[in-house]
Amino acid sequence: MSARIAALVVALAALATLPFWLADIYYINVSSQILLYAIFALGLDVLVGYAGLVSLGHAGLLGIVAYATGFMLMEGLGHPLAIVIALAIGLAGTAVFAALSLRATGIGFIMITLAIGEILWGLAYRWISFTGGDNGIGLKTRPAPFGYSMSSPYTFYYTTLIIFLLSVIAMAIFVRSPFGAALRGTRDQPRRMNALGYHVWAIRFWACMFSGLLTAVAGILFVYYTQFISPQTVALTSSAEVLLMVIAGGPATLLGPIVGAALVVVVKSVVSGFIERWNFLLGAIFVAIVILMPEGLVPGSARLWRLAWRKAGAQRAKTEGKP
Amino acid sequence: MSALTVKGLCKAFGGLHVTSDVNLDVQPGERRLIIGPNGAGKTTLFNLITGELTPDSGSIALFGQDITHVPSRRRPHMGMARTYQIITLFPRDTIIHNVSLALLGLSRMRWNPLIDMKRLGHLTEDGRAALDRVGLGHLADRPLAQTSYGERRRVEIAMALAQSPKVLLLDEPFAGLSIDERRDVHQLLLGIPRDVTMVMIEHNMDVALEFAERITLLHFGEVIVEGTRAEVVADPRTREVYLGH
Amino acid sequence: MNFWLVLAVNSVTFGGLLFLLSAGFSLIFGLMRIPNLTHGSLFMLGAYFGAAFAGGMLGIMFNFWLATLMAAALMAALGALAERFLLRQLPGQQLAQVLVTLGISFMVADFCLMVWGGDPVNVATPAGLGGFIRVGQAAFPLYRLAIIVIAMVFAVALWYLLDRTRLGAMIRAGVDDPDMARVVGIRVSRLFTIVFALGAGLAAFAGIIGAPILSVYPGLDQDMLPLALVVVILGGTGSLLGSFVGSIIIGFIYNFGLALLPELAYFVLFLPMLLVLIVRPQGLFGRQVP
Repeated sequence: MSARIAALVVALAALATLPFWLADIYYINVSSQILLYAIFALGLDVLVGYAGLVSLGHAGLLGIVAYATGFMLMEGLGHPLAIVIALAIGLAGTAVFAALSLRATGIGFIMITLAIGEILWGLAYRWISFTGGDNGIGLKTRPAPFGYSMSSPYTFYYTTLIIFLLSVIAMAIFVRSPFGAALRGTRDQPRRMNALGYHVWAIRFWACMFSGLLTAVAGILFVYYTQFISPQTVALTSSAEVLLMVIAGGPATLLGPIVGAALVVVVKSVVSGFIERWNFLLGAIFVAIVILMPEGLVPGSARLWRLAWRKAGAQRAKTEGKP
Repeated sequence: MSALTVKGLCKAFGGLHVTSDVNLDVQPGERRLIIGPNGAGKTTLFNLITGELTPDSGSIALFGQDITHVPSRRRPHMGMARTYQIITLFPRDTIIHNVSLALLGLSRMRWNPLIDMKRLGHLTEDGRAALDRVGLGHLADRPLAQTSYGERRRVEIAMALAQSPKVLLLDEPFAGLSIDERRDVHQLLLGIPRDVTMVMIEHNMDVALEFAERITLLHFGEVIVEGTRAEVVADPRTREVYLGH
Repeated sequence: MNFWLVLAVNSVTFGGLLFLLSAGFSLIFGLMRIPNLTHGSLFMLGAYFGAAFAGGMLGIMFNFWLATLMAAALMAALGALAERFLLRQLPGQQLAQVLVTLGISFMVADFCLMVWGGDPVNVATPAGLGGFIRVGQAAFPLYRLAIIVIAMVFAVALWYLLDRTRLGAMIRAGVDDPDMARVVGIRVSRLFTIVFALGAGLAAFAGIIGAPILSVYPGLDQDMLPLALVVVILGGTGSLLGSFVGSIIIGFIYNFGLALLPELAYFVLFLPMLLVLIVRPQGLFGRQVP
């Protein structure tokens, strides 16, 4: 137990002091990106890992919030109001998303979320008068909470870090709660849960809303980070990428989506400097993990580590046992 | 007032009548056995009673209250619990967690997304007590994946009992058990107090007959014979249903 | 009047291409119970290969039709390999298989970028079909009519395969009830490989013969996959007739939608699909519930 706490403290210290030991502004920005994508991935994990519902339309939810923010800023609203309204719109959109998608589970759920994602992408691409089509919407400024302008990569990083930590805490509380246990129950044995007195649809609906909340928060951070929103963000490939983050890292874990987000963002930003075709790499990693390590990198590595530890222990016992 | 009343229950899938005008009247504290050859519609009857299936016509009443249109998820709250033919437990969790989920199902706490579940001490206490009653108290913290089939059957029954049901529906509780395990479950069922009315589906005649006070024989979705154990066993129609002559 | 007529013919042509694309998708969905998210990539990769063969890769400029057959055969083989060595590692795990097809689509998309670059590849209309047919005032491109004919021929051929051959009977049995099919002695896993290869080959074929009209470009897979999805959901999985009718309908909706309501084109296309999924989610699988 204390090893875990020690690791946590070290990690927190590293994150808090990151701009000092990772001096290059490029890498500070990459770190901000990792954090905001981690929030997105955690949001999707609520459904994929804990509810057992795989969504291929979550980029659509992110897009709704991002476009709403961009549009309102363009119309002259101030940042605080734009953010609040965008979050509200995001939640409303999530409610509709949930009501439609929860008509089915399993493959049916994937298909409906995919369809919704495609519709949203189609709207983003074609409803040019509203979304600017392929040209997208650009954001001119970033907000300045408490007077600290987020145009500075340092301020942006620390703001994102704080929101990230709050999101992780929210996830931890959620997962450990009775509702979280009920949600996991509906994932494993929905019929039995119904027979035990649980309202399975309602539990899934509220899980979607929580997922949508985290996604909306990530959406706001995203649109301020890139200061741009275009249909590409809402496309199927974007939904697939965040799904990859969750699956690769390890669904139904707290650390998994974070590791997954780091993996994908690093491959996209850093590795792409060396390997041009990083999508190929991502796809290959995805396929490899699904086939070879389906529980994800975090639980899978932990399992391999324990295996190696036990083998080393057995080896030691053997050599020590023999006189 | 009877504990469970079923009147004129009918269910058809396309042209196939799986339940035809079934009537059932189970008194409080009674031990009712439902038997019949494969395909007789016994599990379907259970699914209709618990609400997992909607009847085409007919009514179901629990202690005088009409529950025909009450959604299946509400019936446990009204005192109806059920076990399944195929064990449907939560494989990724410990035994105590499985039983805690059963207890949580009836508690308002199940909607709480904020407190740590570990703080629901009373839930765990009641859960351990329920496990003690089925003789599994010592295994409470064992992951379900590391238990035997017989132990899992008893966990299922513990989960149903944990919800303090007034009517307990058991779907083939002896299925797949060894002789020793059957003895354990049989003892368990005998020990259940009379404030729980029990209706059981079973194929295993030796244990089931011992358990039964009244028996209902189903065939092709219809009630063929009903009466006390002695009556049904002696009835020539029973022989006909099982042996065809 | 002319405009509508030409639009109508284009719609039928596009419908024909969609049919070739979705027939395979529908069979795979019906038999293997997964939406093959690689299907758009197979269309695109097949088109690239066909363009490459016809355009002088391997040192020889193959005849268009020969190039088409070669590319389709190549893709069928690759499809078989993918099924055999990747999907079959996850027997019965539909969710995981869908994820694998997703991952493969990423790889194929990037592979195409690697090999053929970012510029669209144009494919010349095959010799002899470059002209027009005049009917009264209207002029219809000969090639588009040819595609309609080819699609019809394949529709009949596929119908014959499914309805009149032993293989087809096995496929239909597998679509109906894979477990029962196994019990009766049908090697369902081998069927999976065959159907996946067939689907890949058909998709590739559609890709190449569509290339003179659509050309081949990065993102073609993302354009075609959703259309196949819509067709199959509207037409029913595992149903050839459904794919055929659905393809024609979607061909019309797509072309007329783009011409008349460009801002809502995708909305008009996907809304029916969403409605079907919501109203009859079990309709996807016929007798099975997902």
